[in-house]
Formats: sequence, C-alpha cells, structure tokens
Amino acid sequence: MRLGPAEHHEIEMTVNGTPRSAPAPARRLLSDFLRHDLGLTGTHVGCEHGVCGCCTVLLDGEPVRSCLMFAVTAAGHSITTVEGLAGAGGALSPVQRAFQECHGLQCGFCTPGFLCTVTALLRDNPRPTDDEVLEGVSGNLCRCTGYQNIVKSVRRAAELLAEEPT
Amino acid sequence: MKPPAFAYHAPDTLGAALAALAEAGDGGKVLAGGQSLVPLLNMRLAAPAELVDINRITALDTLEVTAGGVRVGALARHSRVERSDAAAGVQPLLRRALENVAHPVIRNRGTVVGSLAHADPAAELPAVLALLDGTVEVRSATGRRTVPAGAFFTGPLESALLPGELAVSAFFPALPPRTGTAFRELSRRHGDYALAGVAVTVGLDEDLRVATARAGYLGVAATPVVLDLTGPALAAQEGRPAGECDWAEVGGYAAARLDPEPDIHASAEYRRTLAGVLTERALRAAAAEGGRSDS
Amino acid sequence: MTTSLFGEPIERREDPRLLTGGGRFLDDLGRDALAAAFVRSPHAHARILDIDLSAAVDVEGLVAIYTWEDLPGGVGDPLPLLIPHPAMTHGRTGLPLARDVVRHVGEPIVMVVARDRYLAEDAAELIRVDYEPLPPVVGIENAAAAERLVHEDVPGNVGAHLVQEVGAAPAAIEAAPHVLEFRLDIERSASTPLEGRGVYARWDAADESLRVYSSTQTSTSVRMAVAARLGLPPGKVEVIAPDVGGGFGVKIVHPWPEEVLVPWAARLLDREIKWTEDRREHFVASAHERGQVQFVRVGFDDEGRLLGLDVRILHDHGAYTPYGIIVPIITSTQLLGPYKPGAYRVEFTSLYTNTVIVTPYRGAGRPQGVFCMERTMDRIARHLGRDRAQVRAANFIQPEEFPYDQGLTFQDGRPLIYDSGDYPEMLRKTLALIGWDSFAELREAARSRGRRIGIGLGCYVEGTGVGPYEGGHVEVDTAGRVHVSTGLTSQGQGHQTVFAQIVAAELGVPIEDVYVTTGDTRRFGYAVGTFASRAAVMSGNAVALAARKVRDKALRIAGDALEADPGDLQITDGTVHVKGDATAAIPLRTVAVLANPLRYAFDAEAQRATQFAAPADPAAPPVAPGDEPGLEGRDYYSPVRSTFAAGMHAAVVETDPDTAEIRILRYAVVHDCGRMINPRIVEGQIHGGVAQGIGGALYERMAYDPAGQLLNASFMDFLMPYATEIPRIETDHLETPSPLNPLGIKGAGEAGVIPVSAVLAAAIEDAEGIRVDAMPISPDDLFHLRLRAGTDPSLRL
Repeated sequence: MRLGPAEHHEIEMTVNGTPRSAPAPARRLLSDFLRHDLGLTGTHVGCEHGVCGCCTVLLDGEPVRSCLMFAVTAAGHSITTVEGLAGAGGALSPVQRAFQECHGLQCGFCTPGFLCTVTALLRDNPRPTDDEVLEGVSGNLCRCTGYQNIVKSVRRAAELLAEEPT
Repeated sequence: MKPPAFAYHAPDTLGAALAALAEAGDGGKVLAGGQSLVPLLNMRLAAPAELVDINRITALDTLEVTAGGVRVGALARHSRVERSDAAAGVQPLLRRALENVAHPVIRNRGTVVGSLAHADPAAELPAVLALLDGTVEVRSATGRRTVPAGAFFTGPLESALLPGELAVSAFFPALPPRTGTAFRELSRRHGDYALAGVAVTVGLDEDLRVATARAGYLGVAATPVVLDLTGPALAAQEGRPAGECDWAEVGGYAAARLDPEPDIHASAEYRRTLAGVLTERALRAAAAEGGRSDS
Repeated sequence: MTTSLFGEPIERREDPRLLTGGGRFLDDLGRDALAAAFVRSPHAHARILDIDLSAAVDVEGLVAIYTWEDLPGGVGDPLPLLIPHPAMTHGRTGLPLARDVVRHVGEPIVMVVARDRYLAEDAAELIRVDYEPLPPVVGIENAAAAERLVHEDVPGNVGAHLVQEVGAAPAAIEAAPHVLEFRLDIERSASTPLEGRGVYARWDAADESLRVYSSTQTSTSVRMAVAARLGLPPGKVEVIAPDVGGGFGVKIVHPWPEEVLVPWAARLLDREIKWTEDRREHFVASAHERGQVQFVRVGFDDEGRLLGLDVRILHDHGAYTPYGIIVPIITSTQLLGPYKPGAYRVEFTSLYTNTVIVTPYRGAGRPQGVFCMERTMDRIARHLGRDRAQVRAANFIQPEEFPYDQGLTFQDGRPLIYDSGDYPEMLRKTLALIGWDSFAELREAARSRGRRIGIGLGCYVEGTGVGPYEGGHVEVDTAGRVHVSTGLTSQGQGHQTVFAQIVAAELGVPIEDVYVTTGDTRRFGYAVGTFASRAAVMSGNAVALAARKVRDKALRIAGDALEADPGDLQITDGTVHVKGDATAAIPLRTVAVLANPLRYAFDAEAQRATQFAAPADPAAPPVAPGDEPGLEGRDYYSPVRSTFAAGMHAAVVETDPDTAEIRILRYAVVHDCGRMINPRIVEGQIHGGVAQGIGGALYERMAYDPAGQLLNASFMDFLMPYATEIPRIETDHLETPSPLNPLGIKGAGEAGVIPVSAVLAAAIEDAEGIRVDAMPISPDDLFHLRLRAGTDPSLRL
C-alpha cells in the first residue's frame, strides 16, 4: 500500500473495545486522531516530542506515546484511552479511585497519561517496590503535584487491586 | 508541531519494504519504533518524501539467542530484548544498557535496531555494539551486507546505511568465559540522554587476574568511542588480583584519551572527568563480576 | 457556621470527570474550528524588510493569512501595559503582530488560518520573511552596559528604576561592627504548565456577539480587553476559562497577541477559530521569570542582628513590559522575610533584553528575594561562627509585634504591614522536623566514610490575597441545589471543592448539593483573577459573605413560613428548622420557592408561591422594597491590604565527591497559611511548589546563547523534574489566623516554591564548604565551583 502525501485513508482500529474508523492522512498523529477525528479528548497532548507522557495510551495493552505514532501505524490494533479505564456502568477503576483518594491530581492535564501508565504497570507487577513505582512513572511529567500523591496513589491502587475479586 | 506530509508505505514483507525503499531512493526513510524519528518530524527538523513503515513486517520481530550471541531483528522492541533472560544470560550488557534507554514507555515502542540506525552518539546501544564488535545486517533490493560496528557509525546521527538499505538485524556477540561487564552512565534526569556513559568488559585469566579490559563510550564524541584499556589495566594491576587493581588510574588514563564536546548541560572538562570516574566504577564492577562468573 | 466541612481533607469534586477523560481543556473544544498557526521570528533582534506570502497561498485548506498591515486600529495597536507604575518611565509593549522590528525569538509576525493545524503549519513554513539582523542584547549585564539597545528610544535599556528606603542604610552599615558585601545570581526559569496557552473564539453574526474560550488565569479581564480592542460592548463578549492545565503565573498575562487576533479573525471570517499553543511556542512566545543579579551590602552586630541592609538589583524583564514591574517590586519588598532589617535600602533597575518577556511565575520575585536574604543570613552566621538558625532567630519579628509595619510599599500599592504570624514557633517546629541540632554529628560521621552531606534552612514571608477584590454569588434553586459562582479562574487548585466546603458550611447544606463555577463571565462578570495566592483568601471570603446573605434571607423567609423568629432558626442538612425542634422545619428548596413570588406555577412545588396560594399581606407589594426575588445573594470581599503567610524549609543534601551529583536526602516544610479550608489541598499545593522549586534550583534554566537563541526550547533539554528527581517531602503546619478576613485564611498557592533555591544552596554549601552564590546549580556547575575554590580561597567557607 502507498498513500500519497495528501491522500486520506480510512483508518480502522478498536478503541476502548469498540471498532472505530475515520478518514485521515498518513501523517495524522495517533494523539490527534483519537482527539480530533474520534472525539476522544481525554488523551492530552503536552509536548508532541515524547517527553511529557500526557498522551500515553495503551496499544494492545502496552503503554505508548500516542504523539510519537501515526494513526495509520496503529490501524488494526487495539487502543485503550483514559475513557476506557472505568468499569461497567462508569465505575472508577481501582487506579482511578486511588488517584481520587490520595489527591493524586490537581489540574488533571497529565492525569490520563499517568492512569494509562499505572494501569499497565500494576497489571504486570501487582506489588511493585518503591523503586519500581518510581521507575514505572518516571516517564510522565506532572507540574502540579510534586509527585508525592501520585506515588501514594500508585501504592494505594496496588492495595485496591489486591482487594478486588479476581 | 505537526509533521510535514509524506508518502506512506506499509509493506508487510521484507521484499516489499526493500522495493519501496529502492523506489524512494534519497527521499526514503524507514519508520520502525519512531521514538527518535517522529519527534524530528513533529518539529519539522526532518521531512522525508517517502516513509516506509516496517511495523507490519512481523518476520522482522525476532530475537535469536545462541551461544555465540544475540541477534535482534529490526522490529524487536527495546522492552522485549530487555525482558529476555536468555539474551541477558548470553550478553548481559544488552539489558544493562537498555535499562538506561529513556523510560519504560519509550522502550515499549522503540527498537534496538532503530536506535542503532539513528546513530545518536549519546545513545546507549551504539556504544554497546561498538564495544562488543557487533555487526549490523543490511539488506537492499539488490543485495545484502554485514557491516561491523566500527564501520557502521560514521558521524552524529549518521550511519553507513545507504539510500535503499534497511538494517534488518544486529548481532551482539556473546562474552568469552570469565568476562565481567558493567554499564554506567550519568544523566541529568533519570532517563535523559547521558552526559557521559560507558560500557565495559573485563576478561580475567585463570588466576583471576585481568587479561583484557575494554570500554565503549557514549556522549563523548561524534560516534561511539572504544578504548582498549588492557595495557593500562595490566600496569595498574601490578600482578595483583583484579579486585585490587587501581581502577582510578585506569579511569584517568581513559579520560585523558577522550575529547568530548561541551553542550548546554555540561562542559567538555566535566564530561571528560565524569567519563573517567564512570570508567573506574564500571571496571571495578566488571572485574568483580568476572571473578564471580568463574565460580 | 458549622465547621464540619471547613477544615476537612475531603476528596475533590473535580476529580471524577478529570479521571475519566471528561475534563474540558481548551483544545478539547471546537472540534470543527479552523486552526491558527503563527510565523514567529527566528531572530532575537531584527528589522523586517519584506514578507512574501506567495508560496503559501496555494496550500490546500488555507483560509487566511494576516500580517500587521491587515490589522485595523485597536486590533493592531500596541498591547496594553497592564500595571503602570510611576517608576516605569520607559514601559514598552509589543504589537499583536510585529510591524517593523522583532525583539525576541518567537515574536509573532504572521497569522495563518487553515482547515487544521497541520495545514496551517504547512502554509506558515512557506512564508518567507526577509530580515536585517540587528545586534541583540542578551544577559543582564550586557543590558546594563547598554552598548546596544533593545528599543531605540529607551536609553540604557532601563525600563524602570525604583528605590525604597527605611532609615539610613548606608550610614547604618558604615557604623556597624561587621560588614559584608557580595553578589548573587539567579537564572531564568518558567511556569511551564503542561497545557500551553490557547484561544478558541466563536462569533455569532446574527447576535453580533462573541464567545471566547481562553486557557487564562483571568477571564473577566480578557473579556474587557477583547471588547475594547474589537470595539464591542462588554455585554456582547463572553469569556470562559474552561479546565486549565496549569497556570503558575504565565496565564495571568493578557491579552496575549493570540487572545486579540483569534477573536478578531473569527469575527472577520465568521468562522470558529482555535489556536492551541504547542510546546515550542510556549518556550519562546509566552513568558519566563526569575533572572536577577543582586549586589548586597549588610552591616550587623556581634549577635548577627541586622543593622543595615543595602541591596541593588538588576532585573531582566525581557523584550517588553506588559505586566509592569510587579516582579522586582515583590523581590525588593518580600526580601525582608520574617526579619527586622534595621535600616533598609533597596534599589532595582529593570532592564530590557532581546529575550522572552518576564512576568510572574509562581513565587513572583519572592524566590529571588528570599535567596538574597537567606544567603545573607548564612553569610552572617559563618562570619560570626554562630549557628545559622540562631542568627535568624535573633532577627525575627516577635509574635507580640503584629501588626508589623516594614515601612515599605507592597505590590498592591499599600503599606507592607504583616498581619499575624509566629516565626519563633515555626523555626522550632522546622528544626525539630529536620533534626537540626543533631546534624553536625551526622555530617562528621558521613565525612569519615568519604561522604559529603550538608543541611540548609530557609525562611520566608509571603504577602497573599492581594486586592482589589473578588465577588461571589450563591443561589439556591427550587430543587435545593446550591449554585456558587465566582469570577476568578481555576488551574487545578481545587476551587470547586474548597469553595463548596465554605458555602456548605456557611449555609448548612450537604456538599453534594453545592455546584461551583469559576472563570465564566456568563456567570460572574466582575473579578480580578487567580494569582498571588489570592483565590482562597479573596473568593473564599466573597462566597462566604454571599452565602451568609443567602442564609439570612432564607432564615427570614422561613421565619415567616414557620411563624418563628429567624433568630431561633438554623439550617441543617439543607433544612431550616427551629433550634431544638426538628418538626418545625422547611426545606431550603421550599424556601427558594417562597423567595420568588410567582404568577405561573411550573410544577407542584411552585404552586406554593403563586398569587392565590400564599396568604400574603394584601397591602404590601409581593417583593418588598429593597428586596429581590429568588434565594440568592451576591457579595464582594475587598481587603484593606494583603495578608501574610509564612513558611520555613530545611533540607539535607549529599554531593558526590567524584561526579558532583547533588542528591536531596530529606526535605522538610513547615507552613502557615492561617486557617486551612482543606488540609489535603493545601499540602498538595506545597508539594507542587517544592517540586517546582527543586526544578528551579537544580535542573531548570533558560539557556540563551549570545545571539539570543533559546538553546533548550524543548522538554528534552529544559529539565523539568520527573518523579525520580523529587524526594519525599515532609510537612508540618502552623495556623495563625489572619485577623484581616472573616475566614481567617491566608494564601497557600505559591508558598512551596519560594525558599527552595535558598535552602538547597545553603545545604550544598554546607556539604562542600564552598560558597554557593548562584542558582540553579548543576553537577557541571558544582564541578567548576570546586575547581575555582581549589585556587581561590575566598570561595571557601
């Protein structure tokens, strides 16, 4: 397949469990595709060069920077955004609940990226050490919280997850 | 900060990718993990006419570990290689270096071969490949060649890859017995490009005395720098066991042979001193490990 | 007032939507809007010779291109100088689009409007601007030397010069037993919220009205500015600050060029237009802060008591001065901290450079002032061989001395009079928290193992809650919901929670029934803005006063309905009842119905207020003279002057003898912001401030080269700390209520950031035995400091 520079291509992917599609050119960043083409504005864009982590989403379950990926590359894959983290009926996930309980957010702009990152972190490592928590969130910038309550939230989320019925 | 327009290819076979690259010629660029390329595109510091996205070529998503070494395919992500106990067993420097590559989320997407092809002299993997005398397997529509690390990195962000070529894999040779390794770098923030960094191997003889010592540096020149420190290490050892070697002296020897450039984060003088300190620390750790690996 | 909610660390009302992707930030709005992008100057100083648009006009999706020539009067005029001051003899502001000369990299020259941002950037890239480069002025000392000028008509590059004096400092210093003289340097940093600026405008042609969304710290003032620039009546302009992804000061500046241009073009084109600032633009086209050089002369007695202090400050304000000289005024007044300075003379010169403008960033000049005073305290202690904490204590204003008049004029034009505080007790708590008294042993023990550790201390006083006023409106609807609005804006401080706590407590309603709106001129048109740690003090008291009005009215109406004396009534859980008698009760929602005499019933409840339902005095009008329909109230809080919060920080650091790495081992904060509305939110504000302070002390700087290029205009190279760079922050609190306002509160927003550079400089100095007179400090800086100290004994303690 070759797409011309201005050519639009119908890009299909599964987003939060639902098949979605929209026409977009090859250069459309996944972050912009989610936000502007699909209207899922919960994924935020803070730097567009992969440093801040605000745009982190789950690609086939793995956290990735959606500003460093073209939507067309993600075609056919499964994406989870912050809008897809809550449970049935909109109940907050343990990670989301922990951030609320521990005041792990202030302005809320970086929060979706942290939530996606931490959701995958605790899935892969349900009982992280303090160092593993820091390493796990080390690629996400927050300018409001000084990270104190974010780190606390991750530990609390691990507790809440451990209490969940499996 | 939006990327400029480009024509886009999404081949699902190596042959189709090589054909697309051949056709694109000078204007072609390979997109693998995109963790270095896409920022450049978003800042419009690069504007390739044709982008060949190899992410659908699953045949390139390989990691082969043999007694001789680790072969990493062009689509193997950092995180996959980092998590592989088999790869770490044969070549521990891979995991040790990868743990220092940016952040976990970046490593989920970035590829080992992509990092080599990007040829950033501040990056970890080029220094490791250079230190180990590894190779890069290169294919084009018309042929294939194996490029030794020493010839692969030609300048800052410049490799020996020619238009139409694709680096399909990289080979990191295994260690000889009784060889210890270590990786040390210092960055301003955790996960940043290092101010200076070093990967080392220390080989011991049967009496656990140093037989070889080599260091590969990042962040101190336009390309990775490899220094053979065997001579000074032998001199500093003065016949004692490796554990008692005066590694500070070897670090100083190495620093005197490095000529780093200054940038906004560190002066040349600091970088040189730092490289010496890191060399000392890495050699000491590697020598200790080499001794343990014998038992 | 019931106190069950005021002071409680309740969870935030904002969080559920922000945790589920339901926030509405600027770029989340206007999905179908056209996008704007700008051609910005690549030169620090240049004359514009020609602008060639020809290559851009064929770009697909292009809608419009504007240069200064296209702008009508009003729109194209210089941007306003927001805070004039008599000392600002040469204030200069930029144009929305540059006309002849550009004075910093990033200054906007051409505006492009296209179908989306990608296409707008395509067109912008094709526009050719010819420049004649002019010699740039970069760096404070180059500006002061004035061999080149930023503005041809500003001699010496001096925008403002101000001297404040209490007593005769030079004479007092001359006569003092001990005198020290030294220089201090602080480099630039910036607010750097994770969401940049942004403006989205919709013109309603039929209604001839404009709605503007802006990621701003002041929607009401943006509204006045946009209305004035576009020649529209304010009633035809509404400005809304949606969810804002951090401000920290940079978003108080207004109107930014884009805030004028986007609404103007939206009206001209009759199309929705949105501009979302990208990260690179934020670095070069918004604002920075901090950069100062300070020359200090101090005289003191054998106990370390200040006898005279003389400080000369060179302040770099960048290329223009839209925000006036607030930052150096704050530096020069808040420098005094919790101390009695003896005689004090402070002089600042505010200088133009060919760099991004300087406007308040969290702390707003205080970090520099506190750096100056705290470094001075440490110098005095070292000189006398006395304990650093004891020297500070010897200079403290004592608890019985409040109100304490420092004899200066503060940033609000009012006397610098501290209202309350207890600095000795705060110091005691701080020293206990960090273990000050036993640290010397730790330091020696570490040194014997080849490790270098050091301890530092820093104290500050922060004027918060500056006027002129804020207002609040509280309305109880007929479903019993309580709607609260205030005009100032929110950027993550939890206003929807804390203002709800205040109103719920004042009114006696469940907090779940209280809904708070901020920063929306449709709901509240008169306000100043969110800055200077003022929101809780100003709007908190305003909504409390408004709620009290509503409460009084509710008791009056309920008294009529229950045939009871309002003085015997109270409101509990949303119901008005006779004290001690739960049966004689009426819900607030019914009181709201009765508060609005009706002709038409819209539901069964409303029938109670219709003209044939209620037994009313036929001789009196249904709405009494002086009364108003509805159960609502509006009030304003306008303080006579600022209220003064305070805090003390202490830290332990370790420096690596070989690599010069600097690691914070412990960080302790004791803070006093008067009565706390929500301790959890206060603590969060402290945490965030400390982290920004650590960024400014150890990581962040604006690296300008001599040509005026900002070399680190990205998150790759402007090193905002990650979680891995911030240590655990230990906190303790002290509450000395403010006597100035009804709630007894003081501001907390900026506090955390203020003394961090001073504290870390002191701790590093203590670990190294080398003077630290310049911040930030990197491993490379420390490495070179060690080298210099090796040959220059004057740098050693």
